[in-house]
Amino acid sequence: MPDENEFEGEYQGGTVKRFLYVNRRAPHGTIYPHETLEMVLIAAAFDQDVTVVFLDDGVYQIKKDQDTKGIGIKNFTPAFRALDDYDVEKLYVEKESLEARGLTAEDLLVPVEVVSTEELREIMAEQDVVLGG
Amino acid sequence: MKLGILVNEGPFTHQASDTAYRFTEAALAKGHEIPRVFFYHDGVNNANKLSEPQSDDRNLVKLWSELGEKHGLDLVVCVAAALRRGMTDELLAAGFRISGLGQLIETGIEADRLVVFGD
Repeated sequence: MPDENEFEGEYQGGTVKRFLYVNRRAPHGTIYPHETLEMVLIAAAFDQDVTVVFLDDGVYQIKKDQDTKGIGIKNFTPAFRALDDYDVEKLYVEKESLEARGLTAEDLLVPVEVVSTEELREIMAEQDVVLGG
Repeated sequence: MKLGILVNEGPFTHQASDTAYRFTEAALAKGHEIPRVFFYHDGVNNANKLSEPQSDDRNLVKLWSELGEKHGLDLVVCVAAALRRGMTDELLAAGFRISGLGQLIETGIEADRLVVFGD
């Protein structure tokens, strides 16, 4: 069995595709957000053109100052700060989702661009591969 | 067309694996190429050879194994997701192998479409 922490290595094929990760779920309660972030980091390590969007309850994934002690689950969300180190800079948050939850961009732990549903539709239409849970 | 397949749910609890299996079978029958089927999240449980459903129900693990052997499919289980869920080499049904998440990204790059099954 390969080592879990083995460095995946760079993709040698030279092709760069546009990978979009769509985060729609709250950060805890299911494992999808945590494992989706792992997929984001690998695509970035493969030098792909990565975009990450947060909408619906997914906007809570990047809420600042989360404390998961009370539910006994690892707080993986500070790892979103590592995206910048992987040159993942295209982070979008849907405006309507933020507003519906009483949040603003200042409540978020990474710099994002707040976009409308319409703008998000255009971003999605440009992608080659769409992933996320 | 080259179609990559991603299965994100385990067998039985959710229909995703059934639908992915039928889609893969139908795509192959139409002459499409399936370079890889990747199992992520609870999808890794599709590779567990200890799965023993009732005899009058479909056995998804066996179905994937047989389809894999018949068409020489590359059935890949994500190592990190597998370790979390106790899926090890010893539990792998025939035709499956455990490898890194990089294999999924590679499939996304090399296939014409990556078709995702799950919520």
